[in-house]
Amino acid sequence: MRTIKFLLQKEFRQIFRNRAILAMVMVMPVMQLLILPLASNYEVKNVNIAVIDNDHSSYSQKLISKITASGYFKLTGYDFSFKEAFKLIESDKADLILEIPHGFERNLVREDEQKLFIAVNAINGTKANLGGVYLTGIIKNFNADVRVQLVQPGKFNQQPTITIASSNWFNPYLNYHVFMVPGILAILVTMIGGFLTALNIVKEKEVGTIEQINVTPIKKHHFILGKLIPFWILGNIVFTLGLIVSWLIYGITPLGNILLLYAFIAVYLLAISGFGLLISTFCDTQQQAMFVMFFFMMVFILMGGLFTSIDSMPDWAKFVTKFNPVAYLIDVMRMIILKGSGFKDIAKQLGTIGLFAVVLNSWAIINYKKTS
Amino acid sequence: MGETVIKTDKLTKRFGDFIAADEITFEVEKGEIFGFLGANGAGKTTAMRMLCGLSIPSSGSATIAGFDVYKQTEQIKRNIGYMSQKFSLYEDLTVIENIKFFGGIYGLTDLQIKTKSDELLHNLGLKQEAKKLVASLPLGWKQKLSFSVAVLHEPKIVFLDEPTGGVDPVTRRQFWDLIYNAADRGVTIFVTTHYMDEAEYCNRISLMVDGKIKALDTPRNLKNTFGVETMDEVFYKLARGAKRGD
Repeated sequence: MRTIKFLLQKEFRQIFRNRAILAMVMVMPVMQLLILPLASNYEVKNVNIAVIDNDHSSYSQKLISKITASGYFKLTGYDFSFKEAFKLIESDKADLILEIPHGFERNLVREDEQKLFIAVNAINGTKANLGGVYLTGIIKNFNADVRVQLVQPGKFNQQPTITIASSNWFNPYLNYHVFMVPGILAILVTMIGGFLTALNIVKEKEVGTIEQINVTPIKKHHFILGKLIPFWILGNIVFTLGLIVSWLIYGITPLGNILLLYAFIAVYLLAISGFGLLISTFCDTQQQAMFVMFFFMMVFILMGGLFTSIDSMPDWAKFVTKFNPVAYLIDVMRMIILKGSGFKDIAKQLGTIGLFAVVLNSWAIINYKKTS
Repeated sequence: MGETVIKTDKLTKRFGDFIAADEITFEVEKGEIFGFLGANGAGKTTAMRMLCGLSIPSSGSATIAGFDVYKQTEQIKRNIGYMSQKFSLYEDLTVIENIKFFGGIYGLTDLQIKTKSDELLHNLGLKQEAKKLVASLPLGWKQKLSFSVAVLHEPKIVFLDEPTGGVDPVTRRQFWDLIYNAADRGVTIFVTTHYMDEAEYCNRISLMVDGKIKALDTPRNLKNTFGVETMDEVFYKLARGAKRGD
């Protein structure tokens, strides 16, 4: 225990003397939480649409104004030939082309039927996809309006319709901040816990101070604990800071038990720091450690369920996410913060992360060699 | 005298095809100042790292303070001090913080740390600099501090790997005063150096060429054997044939 006291004293002195690290640890979370949730948004807006109106009728005008009034579309071209409209797509000025054929109004009224043509630029998949769906929705709506106007509602031609009323639980207004903030918080905690620990031992290797440590009778697990605890504490501080920011700025407070949240974070930080330490025992330079860590972080974050849903991944990817600590954290954060889940709901995740912590740290201790 | 604290028998370290240390055999007695000489790349540091328990030998045997270099590296570490070629105290800690840290790691009590560090700062004349960052000290002081930290826990043996490299002559003399003081207290000194005047200060000298020990005796006997006046010439005669080095 005494050895650990000396190790901690030393580590904290070094951390507090390194102003750059300290500033990063304190400022980074606040900045990221302020900027990222406002910028990253799943909602697709400002879809650029080019309309080729071959009809020039009052109905085609109505349809166009309905589209632009929806707020999702920006009219960037009107009254071109298809060739010209396609040029707009090629030069990335339009995402969608809507072609209204000759006789649109006439056919709609007389023949009761009309066809429209939508061409979608699928380079930006999400935008094109959602844009197409929105447009179809608007046209359907337009069609319904036209029906009501043209056909006198009566007994005989009333079509059966199904109306769906949906309600969004846990995030009733589908507010994206609410969705993103816990996720970003999860990534911040991961960065602090993972990167700083990974770089720390490697720095001692680079400077050569580890040699002086290795020649002392220090126990390996003492040394690893001496590295683990400071960054564990730092991670908790950053997390607390993040919670305060999300409360002050976004008004998000955990719906569930905050102590449960901290308990999970505590175990999680042990696991991710253990991972960082393990990486550092394999690497000889900070560059190596940085690259290896970056590789894993990319995988962890992209396969963590923050940006894309894990449920829609292929089976092999779903299997990989079972070994991704970040996926568990994002999951649990959303569960406790948004859904108010209790201990029973997250027990499985807690157990898994606990197992990660034990395995990774033991591996780090075994792999740290005082004698080569 | 008479108590053997370092004893090696055909100690060898291979890195692939390269034999860094080739069957080195020698003994060092308690309280001795043992000079470990050799050209660059002769294998001095490799040999020393094996003796400190930092590197496991490929073959041969050795005991340090009675402990085996294969199995009892941690017991060895409790009984030795080590000062590496590269300065390796914490530059971002102050002088006193470094002393306290290493004292604590070696398991000294608070009282021991207090008295030891006072004594050390006094002896080195570093009282004024105690609260300065080590990074700001000149090299000579850093080296003296390194040595003092290496003997803080009163080890039986202290290993010094080129402790005076790049240090001015005055500081070198002061450094050797520290070494003599430690030797007087019964600490065995195992030191590598490139300075032949320093070799003269040693009780006995071994000279390594291409991983092998080519000569081992007192400086006086070595000069007589080779029929020369200075250690410089002894070194030159032996190391001239070296195939390794830079």
